[in-house]
Amino acid sequence: MDIHEYQAKALLAEFGMPIPMGELAYSPEQAAYRAKEIGGEKWVVKAQIHSGACGKAGGVKVCDSENEVYEAANEMLGKRLVTHQTGPQGKLVNRLYIEEGMPIAREIYLGFLLDRATERIMVVASAAGGMDIEEVAEKDPDSIIRIGIESAVGMQAFEAREIVFKLGIEPAQVSQAITAILACYRAFSELDATMVEVNPLIVTDDGRILALDAKMGFDDNALFRRQAIAELRDKSQEDPREMMAADRGLSYVGLDGNIGCIINGAGLAMATMDMIKHCGGEPANFLDIGGGASPERVAKAFNLVLSDDNVEAILVNIFAGINRCDWVAEGVVQAMKKPQSLYRALLVVLVPSMPTI
Amino acid sequence: MINYGTNIVGGVTPGKGGETHLDRPVFDTVKDAVKHTGAEASIVFVPPPFAADAIMEAADAGIRFCVSVTDGVPAQDMIRVKRYMRRYKKDERMCLTGPNCAGTISPGKAMLGIMPGHIYSQGNIGIIGRSGTLGYEAASQMKALGIGVSTSVGIGGDPINGSSFLDHLQRFEEDDETDAVIMIGEIGGPQEAQAAAFVRDHMKKPVLGYIAGLTAPKGRRMGHAGAIVSSSGESAAEKVEILRDCGVRVIVRPSEFGSEIADVLAKL
Repeated sequence: MDIHEYQAKALLAEFGMPIPMGELAYSPEQAAYRAKEIGGEKWVVKAQIHSGACGKAGGVKVCDSENEVYEAANEMLGKRLVTHQTGPQGKLVNRLYIEEGMPIAREIYLGFLLDRATERIMVVASAAGGMDIEEVAEKDPDSIIRIGIESAVGMQAFEAREIVFKLGIEPAQVSQAITAILACYRAFSELDATMVEVNPLIVTDDGRILALDAKMGFDDNALFRRQAIAELRDKSQEDPREMMAADRGLSYVGLDGNIGCIINGAGLAMATMDMIKHCGGEPANFLDIGGGASPERVAKAFNLVLSDDNVEAILVNIFAGINRCDWVAEGVVQAMKKPQSLYRALLVVLVPSMPTI
Repeated sequence: MINYGTNIVGGVTPGKGGETHLDRPVFDTVKDAVKHTGAEASIVFVPPPFAADAIMEAADAGIRFCVSVTDGVPAQDMIRVKRYMRRYKKDERMCLTGPNCAGTISPGKAMLGIMPGHIYSQGNIGIIGRSGTLGYEAASQMKALGIGVSTSVGIGGDPINGSSFLDHLQRFEEDDETDAVIMIGEIGGPQEAQAAAFVRDHMKKPVLGYIAGLTAPKGRRMGHAGAIVSSSGESAAEKVEILRDCGVRVIVRPSEFGSEIADVLAKL
């Protein structure tokens, strides 16, 4: 699960990360009022959507007056921002974060992730802040600092110091920087995050260290014990069909093709989609009905797939392991009784094997 | 499992020690169960919030082989489990497969899992897979051609697994009953690439590979918590290329598991 920048900043601040003053706004009037509340002479209006690279898409504007803040807010609210991460349909902007402008002297990249190779939390840092870390990794891999954290004891101060000195932080800011790094680590491990990215972490002209931007992602499997995190979910940022699926115990990912897929098992679902593509077709979705699917759940899967207007045919591929094929068949029959289903072609493949093509 | 012939000697449910279930004794702790039954293997069906605890309890009780079927174990719990298991010397350490897997079966001998046993016949092919259903697919295609399985291991679809492709390739390389291995991978994570290097450097037995998820878009989780492309080298196309470069024969169509492995066997 992803959250917004302002939410990530608030969480990191609880663990001791310094952040610029900022407030949330839902209207241009509120945005201008927030600027007044914050004070100063420079503000940044930031569109809050679940995607990186908002700046390039016009989602970040630096303003010199309350009037400019009003105008920028008016421009952004209600718009769909398209970045290279959102897909062509973009994401709706309905919240803005109004933040005090910062005199930036230096920008640093700071990231935390779950490293699957070493099975540890990994800290990634780079002096090239503000840039896409994958790009930096490609161009200048040696410039990236990586430290794997021993999971039995967690991150130690000396590990943070090593990063700080490698980054060449001025002596006067060393302790601030260590605090910032350890704050991120604690937030990561105590909140079951899968990703914390502060890009950039800035040093200001007057020697303060702050998180200018922040992103956090969380382990869906751990939300049962992170109620406060689960409540940060912003449903307007998610695909409504995927949310509907999740509520019904189905795992669904919408795609652009016209062949709907209803399959059990994530591996078989991916393989079936690959075969559709291999034969010149385009899958409309990934859908795993899971184990022990009742006829009702199968019927719901049908309705879900049919709610995508692009779907012209449906391929059902079930390998009965922990599913009963008679229940699947009943579910198909239930779904077919609805008149809307009759418009569409239907191809059903059941146990025990894949279609041989 | 009992119907298949697995020697299930008891169960563990804290608070229900002394009762019986399916005519087997129930114990409060895994240590009790091991003490009274001499059990060497266990299967963990415990729900996600408590699965890591149950796995560590098994490791501490001296269980040698453990399957965890549970889907939805938090990733940081698995980090703790893996770290905890390092306190045991390598030759005393429990072999954990899963979580989020269908289990392990040695056809005709025993199964520890939730797979349909009848689709496997006994033979000389090892199977290792992240996906349960694709493993079934391979086994049933082979059975239709009269080819059998020595052991099929599900390593699970989570980002952090108890054991990896590499761990089980090592075992199959040393296993006298296995002549060739099928590895069924998918998008996400570095495991397939690590396994490929092991095949190139250390394996004499032929390996047939398959990678699911060629059409999966980057950054989207395809069902399995571990099936997400988050950095370079993790897409299906890249994994296929890495496997091929290391001398693994890779099939493109999952309908070719049977025919291709037959061809591999014919060339032995």
